[in-house]
Amino acid sequence: MAIKADVLKMDLGSEGFLAALMPRVLGGLRYVATRVLPPVMFLALIIGVWEIACSGPDATLPPPSVVIEDTWVLISDPFFDKGNLDKGLFWHLASSLKRVAIGFALAASIGIALGVLIGQSTLAFRGLDPIFQVLRTVPPLAWLPLSLAAFRNADPSAIFVIAITAIWPIILNTAVGIRNIPQDYRNVAQVLRLNGFEYFFKVMLPATVPFMFTGLKIGIGLSWLAIVAAEMLIGGVGIGFFIWDAWNSSLISEIILALIYVGLVGFMLDRLIAFIGNRIGGYAQQ
Amino acid sequence: MSAYLSFENVGMIFKGANGPFIALRDIELKIERGEFVALIGHSGCGKSTLLNIVAGLLRATTGGVLLQGKEVSEPGPDRAVVFQNHSLLPWLSVYDNVRLAVDKVHGRTKTSAERDEWTRHNLALVGMDHALEKRPQEISGGMKQRVGIARALAMEPKVLLLDEPFGALDALTRATLQDTVMELQAKLKNTVIMITHDVDEAVLLSDRVVMMTNGPAATIGEVMEVKLPRPRNRLQLASDPEYNRCRQQILEFLYARHRAPAAHAA
Repeated sequence: MAIKADVLKMDLGSEGFLAALMPRVLGGLRYVATRVLPPVMFLALIIGVWEIACSGPDATLPPPSVVIEDTWVLISDPFFDKGNLDKGLFWHLASSLKRVAIGFALAASIGIALGVLIGQSTLAFRGLDPIFQVLRTVPPLAWLPLSLAAFRNADPSAIFVIAITAIWPIILNTAVGIRNIPQDYRNVAQVLRLNGFEYFFKVMLPATVPFMFTGLKIGIGLSWLAIVAAEMLIGGVGIGFFIWDAWNSSLISEIILALIYVGLVGFMLDRLIAFIGNRIGGYAQQ
Repeated sequence: MSAYLSFENVGMIFKGANGPFIALRDIELKIERGEFVALIGHSGCGKSTLLNIVAGLLRATTGGVLLQGKEVSEPGPDRAVVFQNHSLLPWLSVYDNVRLAVDKVHGRTKTSAERDEWTRHNLALVGMDHALEKRPQEISGGMKQRVGIARALAMEPKVLLLDEPFGALDALTRATLQDTVMELQAKLKNTVIMITHDVDEAVLLSDRVVMMTNGPAATIGEVMEVKLPRPRNRLQLASDPEYNRCRQQILEFLYARHRAPAAHAA
């Protein structure tokens, strides 16, 4: 019925149709003007300054125009695979992402479990919190030699570094979330006589989700920071090694291109976790 | 013959940083089935502590509470609480908040269809059947409290405990909710203990008003019967001599004989 009415209106006169469409068009334009235009303008400004600053004969870094020219092969075909390490950027990013996915998944599952433990048990909190507070300040790369010694293999070592980097904010935020469950919810659970299992799934987990995702969001950012550094050292396929390799071959333009990709992927990972968090624990933001 | 609900020499001592703190002492009270009792007193007089003891959320240091001759030792749905700040779970819809309680309490005795029906029935009782799918943060404070009441009623408690249920509401919302509670009470004849700060609320709703002395070591100072016929109407009561006598008696107790301690009043 509604569709029929719309068609009728269009037939009767395009003026009515236009009038109905106008607010949506204006709304769209306003969005473009307020949200899309400013970043585009500033990006153009930054690129312009960069172009001017780096176009002199003494410039040590290439200007954007040269970067695009130098790396056009990489930009236009990210999917080539000439065997060994000579692959398109997509493959480098994909294998970095795979390591992050495994390491982060480990960090998330172990981290949430430990967070629940130290959030629930005062003894566990008193015993483990000081240890965690010390360990979390150890820089990611400092773990790498130790994990290489333990695993004797590049890939698991990189994954371990990711996991150990991402796990601390996940543990600590989950624990804070559990400690912050309002007494009211605990009272309700007691009056209803929820058993431990029901309490965990119906009260504790949902109440903690927003805190957990704060930890997961910080964690994914840290793991992306750590993977690039770790891969520079361990080699193999991966965006970190790609950057290191480009530096060794003095291909500065390729480094710049890779940095842009690293930034974009990191941004997308952050948004992905935020999106999932909003879908699951969105009640907290309202 | 023992009373339906009785407080026997209830005392509560908290172990504080500066030594023990006596919150309550010598509480003796008997409540009959179907009675509506209001507990009134200044802030800090231990009203909530007393209610929490009945709920089983706290254990009395001395004495105890007997419900149908059995001592209360832990929380349970037979003593449902309506908390002051509603305490609905924000990730569940209005329906699911009540359904959680219904499933837990009637899971063994009712089929799924009956529990659905019972959930809707109780939400309809408090006039919230239009907002089943809303989340608590999408409805007003008064509505949240209605859902809290529906959740408590759905447990079919032996005693309904209201912990300053309308304390956080504006005066108009408060009045309509008081009317709802009176209607429900006329229909369901629950045994109710309600904490309040509000003299009018106490007189309007209850059969007896229990006045508490100031803490520390608070106890029951006076118990007053409200001999007003039901149903009660707030407009007619305003000029009713018995109503005003009751108000007067509570006001005198609270402000002449047991003024709030200066530190609290300031």
